[in-house]
Order: sequence, then structure tokens, then C-alpha cells
Amino acid sequence: MDINKAASALSVKNLTKKFNGFTAVDGISFDVRWGDIFAFLGPNGAGKTTTIKMLTTLLTPTSGKILLSGIDPVTHKDDARKAFGIVFQDPSVDEDLTAYENMDFHGVLYGVPKTLRQSRIKELFTLVDLWDKRDVLVKTFSGGMKRRLEIARGLLHHPKIFFLDEPTLGLDPQTRNTIWEHIKQLNKKEGITVFFTTHYMEEAQRVAANVAIIDHGKIITKGTSEQLMKDTKTGNLEDAFLKLTGHAIREEEADNLDRMRSRMRMFRR
Amino acid sequence: MNTVYILWLRQLKKFWRSKARIVGSLGQPILFLFALGFGFGPTFAKAGQGNYIQFLAPGIIAMSILFSSVFFGIEIIFDRQFGFLKETLVAPVSRLSIMIGRTLGGATVATIQGTIVFFISFLAGFRPVSISGSILAIFIMAITAILFTSLGTAIASKLQDAHAFQMIMNFVIMPIFFLSGALFPYTNLPLALDIITHIDPLSYSVDALRGALIGVSHFGLTFDIAILVITTAIILAIGSYLFSTIEL
Repeated sequence: MDINKAASALSVKNLTKKFNGFTAVDGISFDVRWGDIFAFLGPNGAGKTTTIKMLTTLLTPTSGKILLSGIDPVTHKDDARKAFGIVFQDPSVDEDLTAYENMDFHGVLYGVPKTLRQSRIKELFTLVDLWDKRDVLVKTFSGGMKRRLEIARGLLHHPKIFFLDEPTLGLDPQTRNTIWEHIKQLNKKEGITVFFTTHYMEEAQRVAANVAIIDHGKIITKGTSEQLMKDTKTGNLEDAFLKLTGHAIREEEADNLDRMRSRMRMFRR
Repeated sequence: MNTVYILWLRQLKKFWRSKARIVGSLGQPILFLFALGFGFGPTFAKAGQGNYIQFLAPGIIAMSILFSSVFFGIEIIFDRQFGFLKETLVAPVSRLSIMIGRTLGGATVATIQGTIVFFISFLAGFRPVSISGSILAIFIMAITAILFTSLGTAIASKLQDAHAFQMIMNFVIMPIFFLSGALFPYTNLPLALDIITHIDPLSYSVDALRGALIGVSHFGLTFDIAILVITTAIILAIGSYLFSTIEL
């Protein structure tokens, strides 16, 4: 259970998730070293988000074993939850609260004592350049600001491992760069292990020390970007990725978010 | 405990910040109270049943509690769709404390709305018989609010998105309201309706509120409150269980 005794930040063995006979994740195994920046790549519907949900206690695996900083997230949910921070694929901030209230809410849920909470919120807001906007309602924030807020929030309880599920989706290059600078800085300064997914291959190539590619629920390759490019005889990670996963466009189940939004307008205010 | 508090506080802040929603949620009860109250008043009096406003106001208070508390429970669907639910579900706190915090928050807001309707009904000529009865009425409103917020939570835990909202409105909330005796006396009802009003938990809220506010109750005030407390405990338990089974 002692975090420092765990050999690796994340250790996954034969992890499988089935939904009504459909195998979303099919016996994957990998290890993430302490202090690593690890990119988990794959086309739409490959099983990335399902894997992250299992790693972060939101879904129970059908079979297989996870050790997250030495903790089994299936049997010791709360211990595991304290050990990681997460930025979800979709925004998960409360837009009716201010940025500060969102942070404070998170701090209370994670049992960060009040004075420590206040000093950390200030520190993190300074890091992501949101201190001046702390008392503004989040609904007025841009996509990039919301993302920065979520990153700051995910770090508030000082997690050892930080999960980011497509953290730069839909952001402009400036914001994406800033966000990755923040993340790299955190990794360097605080030694936080970073596990992320992205569709931007050049981001993965630039930021991640190690890469794993998942397709149809199976890990098809893992290693450094250089290694992958060498193995596939390609010049960049995007070409390597396409060579490994093929050019066919994947179907992914559409969600109802847009219809939801229009309906939501009826109930708000 | 902190978890329960912060979730409760969140509901209150959200409520306080959407002034339009406060006003909007009062529109329907006021319309019912004035239109039905004055519309049916003369007929009701002619039938020898007395003052309809006195009879109706407790029913309308119960209605406003029902509508807003089910909505606050159902709000989980919106939190789910807009992602905030995930933030609470990955936190190292028990699902039960999240559910309790939300429910108490929603119930507090619904009780405040019920109390506002109570005061507005004075404008229609409603007069409660005693101050102690009015205080008891607020307690009854609070139990009712917890009951129906839990019901909303239980339903929302089983739904993936808000498309079903209209269906819940038409097939759950409206029947609970119209079949409760909020609008009509319990005496001389056709058998089927008589049975349904006895099953409908809102009947006991309405009847308890009448007992507390105008000193007349059909089932007996103590019996009403006992039924409400037991039903609330059951629905709260079901709601907590269903909430704990949510997978994202």
C-alpha cells in the first residue's frame, strides 16, 4: 500500500472490459514508470476512455489486474482516488459556480484542510493564470480557461499520477502549447507521473517519453516514439500511427450532448 | 460530513444565483391557486364544503414542493451529461454522502419555495389557524421535499439522458399531483380514485399540511406524518442504492 514501495506508477495486467458481449478492452497489459509522461493513443472507439475509466474507479473491469501506485482501484477505491488526479475528456466543471468555488469544492471532497487548500488554490491558479478570474462564474470561461481550471483542480490534492483524457481537444495551438508547458513543468518540478490520451500525434511525439497504441481493445505496440518510428520506418509518429492502425475511419457511438444542450436551455434560468 | 455540507451548499448557491428560476417555479403554483381557488370557490361553497382557498392552499404548497424537489433530484441527469457528476464520483468520498448532500440541498431549496408559496397564498385570502401549526407545516414540507428529491434521484440514476424528462413529468409527477387530493376532498370518491389517493404519498403530505394549517385532516395528522416518514426512509434507501450503482 505504501506509494513509494510500488515498483511502477501504474501496472496493468490482462485488463478486460466487456459490455453485453462486446469486448471494449481485450486483455491489455502495460507498465508506467514513476515520473514518466505516457501517451495512450488509439483511434476513436479503440478503448482508451474505457481503460481510463477502469484505471480511475469509474468502471469495474470484467477481469484483469490494475495496480495504481501499488493500490488496487477495484478493492481500495478511496485510496486509489486520493492517489490520482484526472482531467476528463468532456468538461466537468460546474458552470454555475465560480472558478474558486470549483476548486474549493474539490478540496473539500478530497479532505484538503482549509488553510492548505487556500494556499494551494492560489499557487495553482497562479500557475495556470487564472488567479485574476477566480471569482468569475465558470459559464463565462472559454474552452481553454475551463481546461486550465480543470488541470489546476485535478492537481489540488497533490496526486502522484495525473490522468488527462484528450486534454487539448478543440483548443487552439496557443492554448494547447500553454497547457503542455504547464504539464511538462509539473512533471519536471513535482515529479508527477502523467498518463494522457490525445488525437494530436505531434503532441504525443513532442511531450511523451513513452507511447502505447491501442486498437480494437488490444495494445498493438508500445515503446518510445523514436522506437515506433524506427520499427515502422516512418518519419513521424502520425505516419507510424497510421501505418499501425490503418486508414479506415472508425465509428464511434454518438452521444446526445447537443440535443441535451438545447433541452437544458429550457430548464436553466 | 464536510462532503454533505459542500454538496448542500452547492445546491443553495446554484438556486440563489438563478433568480429567474425562483420566479419561474412560483408561476405555476400561483396560477393554480388563484385560477382554481377563485374559479371553483363558489361551487365548493355551494356544495357546503366551506372556503375553497383554505382547502386548496395546502394542496398547492404540496404541489410546489413536489415539482421542485423531483426536479432537483432529476438534475443528476444534467450533471451527468455536463460532466460534473464525474468530478464527484471519482472523489474519495462515499456515494451515500454525495447522495445525502444533494438530497438535503434540493430539499432545502424546495422547502424554501414551498414557504414562499405559503406566504403568497395569504394574498389569495388564505389564513392558517395557528403559528405553531405553520411551523409544523414547514417540517411537513421538509419531509415531503426529502421524499420527492429522493424519488427524483432514484429515477435519474436509471436514466442516461434528459429525453425522458417529459415522460417523467407526464407519467410520474402529474399523476402524483392530480391523484393526491390536493384539489379535491377525500370524501365520497369513486372506489378506484379512493384507492389511488390512498397509495399516493403526496396525499399524506397534503392531508398533513391541511391538518397543520387549517386544523382539518382526513387521515389524522399523526398517521399522515408516520406514513410520510416511513415512505421517505424507504425511497431514500432506494434512491441511495440506485445512485450507488451509477456507472459512467
